[in-house]
Amino acid sequence: MTQTIIWTVAILSVLGLLLALILFWVARKFKVEEDPRIDEVEKVMPGANCGGCGFAGCRAFADAAVKAPNLDNQYCPVGGDEVMQKVAAILGFTVAAKAPQVAVVRCNGSCEARPRTNEYDGAQSCRVKAALYSGDTGCAFGCLGCGDCVAACQFGALSMDPATGLPVVDEDKCTACGACAKACPKHIIELRLKGPRGMREFVSCVNKDKGPVAKKACANACIGCGLCAKTCTHEAITVTDNIAYIDFTKCKLCRECEAVCPTGAIHGVNFPKELDKEAVKKRIADRKAKAAEAAKAAAPVIPAAEAETNKKEDANG
Amino acid sequence: MGKLTFSMGGVHPNDSKYARECAIEELPLPQTVYVSMAQHLGAPAKPLVAPGDKVLVGQVIAEPGGFISAFVHSPVSGTVKAVAPRKDLAGNPVMHVEIAVEGDEWDPAIDRSKELVTAIPDDKAAILDKIKACGVVGLGGATFPTHVKLSPPPGKVAECLILNGTECEPYLTSDHRIMIERPKEIVIGAAIMQKVLGCPCVIGIEENKPEAIASMRAAVAELGYPNMEVKVLKKRYPQGGEKQLIDAVMHRQVKSGGLPIDVGAVVQNVATSLAVYEAVQKNKPLITNVLTVTGNKIPGNLQHNYLFRIGVPLSFVVEQAGGVPDTAAKLISGGPMMGKAISNLDATTVKGSSSVLYLSDEDTRRKPETNCIRCGKCADACPMGLEPFLLNRLYKAGDLDALEANAAQDCIECGCCLYSCPACIPLLDHIRQAKGQVMGVIRARAAAAKAAAEAAKAAAEAKK
Amino acid sequence: MDKKYIVSPNPHIHASVSTTSIMRDVIIALCPALIVSVLAYGWAELLVVAVSVLSCVLLEWAVTKWMMKRPSTVGDLSAVVTGLLLAMNLPSAIPLWIVFIGAFVAICVAKLPFGGIGQNVFNPAITGRVFLLVSFPAQMTNWQPTPGFIPIPDAVSGATPLSALKEAIKSGSTIPEFMSANNYDLASFLWDAGASAGEISAGALLIGFVYLLIRRVVKPWIPICVLGTMALISVIFHGINPDVYTGVQFNLLTGGAMLGALFMATDYVTSPMSTLGGIIYGIGIGLIAMMIRYFGSYPEGMSFAILLMNCTVPLLNMWFHQKKYGRA
Repeated sequence: MTQTIIWTVAILSVLGLLLALILFWVARKFKVEEDPRIDEVEKVMPGANCGGCGFAGCRAFADAAVKAPNLDNQYCPVGGDEVMQKVAAILGFTVAAKAPQVAVVRCNGSCEARPRTNEYDGAQSCRVKAALYSGDTGCAFGCLGCGDCVAACQFGALSMDPATGLPVVDEDKCTACGACAKACPKHIIELRLKGPRGMREFVSCVNKDKGPVAKKACANACIGCGLCAKTCTHEAITVTDNIAYIDFTKCKLCRECEAVCPTGAIHGVNFPKELDKEAVKKRIADRKAKAAEAAKAAAPVIPAAEAETNKKEDANG
Repeated sequence: MGKLTFSMGGVHPNDSKYARECAIEELPLPQTVYVSMAQHLGAPAKPLVAPGDKVLVGQVIAEPGGFISAFVHSPVSGTVKAVAPRKDLAGNPVMHVEIAVEGDEWDPAIDRSKELVTAIPDDKAAILDKIKACGVVGLGGATFPTHVKLSPPPGKVAECLILNGTECEPYLTSDHRIMIERPKEIVIGAAIMQKVLGCPCVIGIEENKPEAIASMRAAVAELGYPNMEVKVLKKRYPQGGEKQLIDAVMHRQVKSGGLPIDVGAVVQNVATSLAVYEAVQKNKPLITNVLTVTGNKIPGNLQHNYLFRIGVPLSFVVEQAGGVPDTAAKLISGGPMMGKAISNLDATTVKGSSSVLYLSDEDTRRKPETNCIRCGKCADACPMGLEPFLLNRLYKAGDLDALEANAAQDCIECGCCLYSCPACIPLLDHIRQAKGQVMGVIRARAAAAKAAAEAAKAAAEAKK
Repeated sequence: MDKKYIVSPNPHIHASVSTTSIMRDVIIALCPALIVSVLAYGWAELLVVAVSVLSCVLLEWAVTKWMMKRPSTVGDLSAVVTGLLLAMNLPSAIPLWIVFIGAFVAICVAKLPFGGIGQNVFNPAITGRVFLLVSFPAQMTNWQPTPGFIPIPDAVSGATPLSALKEAIKSGSTIPEFMSANNYDLASFLWDAGASAGEISAGALLIGFVYLLIRRVVKPWIPICVLGTMALISVIFHGINPDVYTGVQFNLLTGGAMLGALFMATDYVTSPMSTLGGIIYGIGIGLIAMMIRYFGSYPEGMSFAILLMNCTVPLLNMWFHQKKYGRA
């Protein structure tokens, strides 16, 4: 009996030793030589492998960064400037700072604003639903509500709000990797400048239908009236295909567009105070009156007609 | 004679052909028709009319927008009201020509008599030109332009024309009715296509339509065209799928990515054959077709087979047929296996419209999805021999290479997998997406290869 | 449209088949054998079945509700099938607390940790059974006939035929001697195999299996391959030395061969999906079972054979695919 145990222990030990030697030899023999900087860069990466940078993962990013002549074409949206500075330090490059961005859902067609016209009963996937038809509401452009963006988010920053049926971005968790924007078949989600203290203005609608059609489908739709574009003093707003768009690089966060929007399609977020629409409207009216007076003073003959058209446009809006 | 069928997969849904006894009625004209410019496979047609134009029945209103495209003719006489985008039955905007109906004046070149013209013209090119000019497209579902299909590419020879009278989709009875009511025209149409292709013809009909089989057999015997035969097929879905029908009739299989003509087959629907007859012998463009209005658990007076003018809104068809029954929970254009759910009843009928089908909630609502129990019923049911459970898993993993290796691109979207899945997993929903993605990869690769070949050629020439 | 109609991708109809309907068919198919065993072993057997099924169902319900926090899958009846199969693999005289442990292993070790129905690698009932076999060998193999409602023709006491035979061979007697000593009549195995409940009547099991075939729930390839392989090996070895190696009928009709081949090896989840894979899987089970019976220390080998072949299923699924249309 004792002998059996001794033999067993001995044989197993020898076997283990032999196998360890083989493993050691194989590891030495088949070692792949790699630039050690790849490992170093990978270490400072966030390690989420989200693909937001356009590479297959953090290691692929590191590999490309080591091989690239500079870092101009690469940016890790998750790690942001902090990580990029570290990567640049390792590789001896310099990079310019980029302003942080955040994912923004450009649809505010909540359940009550956008009544359902039929009942979808297929696979709960926006991609499947978008391939089938224009959606279960009158709006062919809006959020389909199946949550492909939520599934695409690696950081748990997106969730569906059961009350509105729309996705909500948790700005603290959002890294602006852009996975949700890619996953959305309706291209509703956009990466926008996060703004000072997170303050942003954006048009929360992408409906390209003409005003009345859009309005019929959704009470909160942008109807392309152009009031915002006319009000904006920074030339940040353009209206194409019946939809207004705020260029976030030009927007000065004056919130005037938000105040004049008749449907509430323009949203301002993270502002410390609630928007006093009447005050802002009064401010705009005062400014316009002043401008009209100034124009009158400068050229007293023509303005009558111009004032007329101004009035008309206002009435139309 | 043994009954023919295809070699793998397939399902046996209850055929539910409740409207089989309903004779074809002519649908009255509405006040306005909307003619879609995208009613065939391929490029949309380009409108040739402008608002205010007067048109006659059968007048050309749009020309082909590409090689694979077709002429569109006015189904009514009247005034063009608008040429503008309008929502199709999926709610997506498509260019439509809106025509206000005034009277019923036909283009004088069209022979409207009921007289049968049995003499087949000799000139093949002239026949093809007529088929093309009359805008004939395949009416079996895919609406592929018929003249393209009847012109085999150089080096390919048609060995058999298969006339598809299987109508394997449950509920649909339009093909069944035309085979009973207009068998001779169908047979002459087949003989015309035989003339063009120079090959024998097999008319395949499923066993659940004995009246149609008898009627077609009688017509073939009476008209006496050579090399034409009616063959009885087993009842099995998707027997009417092009690849499955070729397998059933000729015992040959089309290679992945190949065309039926590669194995010497040309498949045409019986309704297409009727349209070919009307185009070639009567000069009548494809402006009418037959559709079935039917459903389960609905009264007999709501079941109809209508001869309709293309462009009639679905809402008008439904209204004429007696309205939507209260029990209907889903409206479908086409059969229950491959038809499209109608989300917009204002949409218009097109050349390929084959039915308006009402299904009740309990019959059509999907049951909640549960875990896959690996029973393999989807793989047993797949007529292409694919493994839907595997493709579903690979799609979820986003593994495009494996999807291609497992032939996701071969899927014919027949719906057998989802139909037979005990766990009600939306297999087809996902596989259709996977197929689209794989096809995209294949096309991109082909384009890249072509570009590379051209670049190499250019480089070689530059060297010279 | 005022009424909101349903919109979904095709197909718009569904076959009248569901996981529940399939499991119900399996339960119906097990009924003949179940009735026979209850008739033969009486209240004790009924109690084993009841405890096994109830424990499986309750455990599944409790774990899915409280630990996994997802909708309960009790409604699909798969836990009932597991409970039934486990009970049919146990002797009727077994203490009921052991039955509960078997059910616990089946549901809470073999099934739910993998993700529940459809996700498990090993057949839950067999895992439970094997666990009991190695943990409680005395109770699991010492078969004592409990009083039945009808008399059994050839009551054997003490052990199942296979283990009794194994002992006999070890002690030096030959098979013909053993057979005559124990008054075995091979034909009577169809009715009475004198072992655990599910093994008592191969005839009843076959009737149930034919029902499954007719309902197209299972395909016959796997059982044919299992039993065919076992038969072939028996013929060869029995031909070489009939004194040591048992014959075809004996091997096919005892030791859970029928129950294993017809109901356990054909379990959807743990068997290959392609026909060719199924054939290899079946042959593998037959081979391993016979090797264990002839050369191993355990009297029968079906359970171990099925568990071992369960391991190969992912590989078989990867290697073997069905023939595709238009592809060589």
